[in-house]
Amino acid sequence: QRRDMGILFVNIPVKMRVLVPVKRVIDYAVKVRVKPDKKGVDLTNVKMSMNPFCEIAVEQAVRLKESGHATEVIAVSIGPKTCQETIRTALAMGADRGIHVYTEMRTDQELQPLAVAKLIKAIAEKEQPELLLVGKQAIDDDCNQTAQMIAGLMNWPQATFASKVTVHEDKKGVDVMREVDGGMQTVTFKLPGVISCDLRLNEPRYATLPNIMKARKKTIEQVTPEDLKVDVSPRLEVLSVEEPPARASGAKVGSVDELLTQLKNAKII
Amino acid sequence: LAEVYGGKLVPNTLSAVAAAAKIGEVTALVAGQGAKTAAAELAKVAGVTAVLATEAAHYDHGLPEEVSTLLVETVKAGNFTHVVSATSAFSKNAIPRAAVAFDSMVISDVAEIKSEDTFIRNTYAGNAVSTVKSSDAVKFLTVRPTSFERAAKEGGNGSVSDAKDSAPKGSSKWVKDEVQKTDKPELTAAPIVVSGGRGLKNKENFKLLDDLAAPMKAAVGATRAVVDAGYCPNDMQVGQTGKVVAPNLYIAVGLSGAIQHVAGMKDSKVIVAINNDADAPIFQVADYGLVADLFDAVPKLTEKIGRAH
Repeated sequence: QRRDMGILFVNIPVKMRVLVPVKRVIDYAVKVRVKPDKKGVDLTNVKMSMNPFCEIAVEQAVRLKESGHATEVIAVSIGPKTCQETIRTALAMGADRGIHVYTEMRTDQELQPLAVAKLIKAIAEKEQPELLLVGKQAIDDDCNQTAQMIAGLMNWPQATFASKVTVHEDKKGVDVMREVDGGMQTVTFKLPGVISCDLRLNEPRYATLPNIMKARKKTIEQVTPEDLKVDVSPRLEVLSVEEPPARASGAKVGSVDELLTQLKNAKII
Repeated sequence: LAEVYGGKLVPNTLSAVAAAAKIGEVTALVAGQGAKTAAAELAKVAGVTAVLATEAAHYDHGLPEEVSTLLVETVKAGNFTHVVSATSAFSKNAIPRAAVAFDSMVISDVAEIKSEDTFIRNTYAGNAVSTVKSSDAVKFLTVRPTSFERAAKEGGNGSVSDAKDSAPKGSSKWVKDEVQKTDKPELTAAPIVVSGGRGLKNKENFKLLDDLAAPMKAAVGATRAVVDAGYCPNDMQVGQTGKVVAPNLYIAVGLSGAIQHVAGMKDSKVIVAINNDADAPIFQVADYGLVADLFDAVPKLTEKIGRAH
């Protein structure tokens, strides 16, 4: 009696959970005003939005899902209750669920990249993502440190200022083309790793109304820094925040000749 | 932390030396291809006491996992209290990664050093200037090259010795570089910069700016918009998240002057704007504003300057 041995190929999908921190910041088009008490920028009644670089990170994560690479996208935001709006935006763009780390600290000053990196590390240890996509810098504090610090704390490889991300065939590594001072550099590493996202990585989508509605059903888990056992106290004490020195107002010139005369008289050329 | 690129010492390192010298005794660490030659140069720089150098291959291409490990081990072995590097893609990559080993924050792109623990830096695209005091035992800073005049190349008499190599991690690998080969002046150091925006309309029209820049030996910069559109490569971008310049003269051609662009050039001594839109925000920061069609004004300006030269 012949027995046919069937060989069953089980396609075990390679998991790729992507964790994306998203920061709620002053909208990029808002004219910034510094408070007269020199304690910080005036944020009362000011339009806030998702940090543009974080939007790019969310978009990239969602695209990775659409291309069949990422299996789950988790958006994390740290700050007051209003951060949940920022998480909802990420969910509307296509993230699967959110985590809100609640703190009343000023997120443009007192909550600093080192503390953020520690919080993200704590969450990553719990969620076990294969990839962290992080905006390269926040347009409020302009630090450009968080992604690098997370990578250092996790002892994971890093690729900063990414303008192109290509997942390997086996889904276990990535090639990242990054913007550097002289042009472009491509590096490669095996996951898990951290990538910081730069301007030209992608153009983020607008959340459509149906997706905004769907996002309402997605979960946002709330935790605190205490729950995560992270000390978030600031290391840099902000002594003062001031307006930059004002430039003396200039003048219009009527012609190229007049411009040249003025520049020569002022000994500029 | 010095920077070498293409086998050569990156000149902005001299700004980092000048900044570090304000705090205390300076040792320069240089790693990667060309480090030995760079070390010899650094030893002669005013303010440098000692130089540690290594040409071990795993430090090539500025791989941050390798460079930061070397930095951490060097700082620990030498009991350094401050780590300073000139703001660049290289230092931004490695410095924060190293800082966490000391549980330290990084003070990025410092514009002024008030004391060994108090620094001034820009936030909100330069619209809010922040004075901060660090309580970390080992302080990590990157410094804005345009804010610190480069240390003199002569006058120093530092010692040169081998850095103690860290073991390679091999966690990320370099694949390739695609770098613009240019003999044009370097953007962050040129005394005159000519920049173009969307008003130029296409890649070919940027030749108008090259022609204007040439007789003045000026560097040419660009806005984010034209880099996104593919008129210029990314290394020409001036702005909040691009390069910061502070030349004697900045000529802004056909660019509106968005907040994010102005952040990268508002420390220029003199700003000239040429734009056909009288309401363009750039005129609010310009010392001299010419409301004109750039396709008419720029060639005229080039011709007259060319004649003068």
